[in-house]
Amino acid sequence: MLMKTIYLDNGATTKVDPKVLEKMSVYYTEKYGNASSLHHKGQEAKMGLEEARESIAKSINAKPSEIIFTSGGSESNNLAIKGVAFSKNNRVHLITSEIEHHSVERTFEELKRQGYETSFIKVDKEGFVDLVQLENEIKENTVLVSIIHGNNEIGTIQDIETIGKICKKKKVLFHIDAVQSFTKVPIDVKKINVDLISLNAHKIHGPKGVGALYVRDGVKLKKLNDGGDQEYRLRAGTENVPGIIGFAEAVKLANNSSNIKHMTKLRNKLIDGLLALEDVRLNGPSIDESKKLFGKDDRRLCNNINISFKYVEGESIGGYMDAKGICSSTGSACSSKSLKPSHVLTAIGLTPEEAHGSIRLSLGKFNTEEEIDLVLEVLPAIIKKLRKISPLIK
Amino acid sequence: MEAYNKKVLALFKHPKNMGKIENPDGLGKVGNAICGDILWVYIKVGKNKKGQEIIKDIKVSTTGCIAAITSSSMVTQLAKGKTLEQAEKITKEDVNNALGKLPEIKFHCSILAQDALKKAIQDYRSKKNK
Repeated sequence: MLMKTIYLDNGATTKVDPKVLEKMSVYYTEKYGNASSLHHKGQEAKMGLEEARESIAKSINAKPSEIIFTSGGSESNNLAIKGVAFSKNNRVHLITSEIEHHSVERTFEELKRQGYETSFIKVDKEGFVDLVQLENEIKENTVLVSIIHGNNEIGTIQDIETIGKICKKKKVLFHIDAVQSFTKVPIDVKKINVDLISLNAHKIHGPKGVGALYVRDGVKLKKLNDGGDQEYRLRAGTENVPGIIGFAEAVKLANNSSNIKHMTKLRNKLIDGLLALEDVRLNGPSIDESKKLFGKDDRRLCNNINISFKYVEGESIGGYMDAKGICSSTGSACSSKSLKPSHVLTAIGLTPEEAHGSIRLSLGKFNTEEEIDLVLEVLPAIIKKLRKISPLIK
Repeated sequence: MEAYNKKVLALFKHPKNMGKIENPDGLGKVGNAICGDILWVYIKVGKNKKGQEIIKDIKVSTTGCIAAITSSSMVTQLAKGKTLEQAEKITKEDVNNALGKLPEIKFHCSILAQDALKKAIQDYRSKKNK
């Protein structure tokens, strides 16, 4: 049976834009040289690599020499945080939030095991970092604050301008994980005080396995990978030139405000439609503000929807949606060894029951209004079906 | 995470014996606060030709993941028509094997289902002995 896929898991990964793939393929089959080779095949790859670096740097108003290519968001986060920590001794202190991606959370846990001092800043019920606590936590030995820019689960966009000012005043480095927010929220390193930024390609219709770390001039990192002199000696290994070319093309294509408007419109429609059901709650920032602002200065990622349905469990919602061709994701329990619900949903104050009944729908530029209409038909029916078999409802 | 097998997914689409029984002879409630699964098993007890007590009807209500819903269904399918003694001997392995194995991390869900069944039978016996 042929079933049309409705892909609403763009926060996990996205479809590669055919235009991106087209640019990449040349670098697999024709310009396949190793960018470190001195011969003409190497140099044509090198040229492509440096053009891509320049174009990605430009998109955040940085210098090309401040962009280090990596294998993706997780590696960028590791390199930023461990790179700063390992350049000092383990008596230093590092700060992050309670709602980080695993690649930051677990990096902090690892540093703690190695004797580093770490702090996790609380967030409010919409997921915004407590700025007072943040400022108070910064001490004499604090070296880094690492905060997720756009939250992957609940879409909260942090006020990085203010956090950047606090970090500057207190003379500590500031890292943001911008994997979800990149190209959805403008980032200008000349306007905001940020020293390290994790970026990635596959969340923006680029290829998997490519990312970058912006490292402000003068910031000292200890490299994690030993070997050749690639990437300003910060990341050894032959560059993934085709991937990097695809990354740059994806950034170019994403740099288009109509994509953001399109996703915001679909997001608002989906959220409004689902909030009309009984016993539901939106997790993360409300969108009332965004309607007034017409998409400007939104406090929630334009593609993120996270909803809890009472009396049902997220995985079964996802299971029935999948049976209808709709891809979603859940921060619900049973999928992790601990069986605990998502730490992000717990941090914003959800009870375990509410957290277990949550699903995340994340949009991409290829989603259509027809798809959203169909989801608004299918999803309420699924919730009804699941509530019917729930012992918690009379 | 390890994915579910086809048998589990097919049963998940159309789980059997879901719902409630009004005035059940026995009711077994279990819940796992940590993983969020809640499961209530309702039974009606009758007698077979030999005069042994059997599970004449059984229903289950479940709030839980795919594994919890399919284990719920499977435990009722395995128990229906069985004598109470036979039904009591249904193990989590029986449920899990009948499902063609759940992902390892979901194994605990099949424990809940057979626990709820046992509790329902216990509930019936304790009411009867009153």
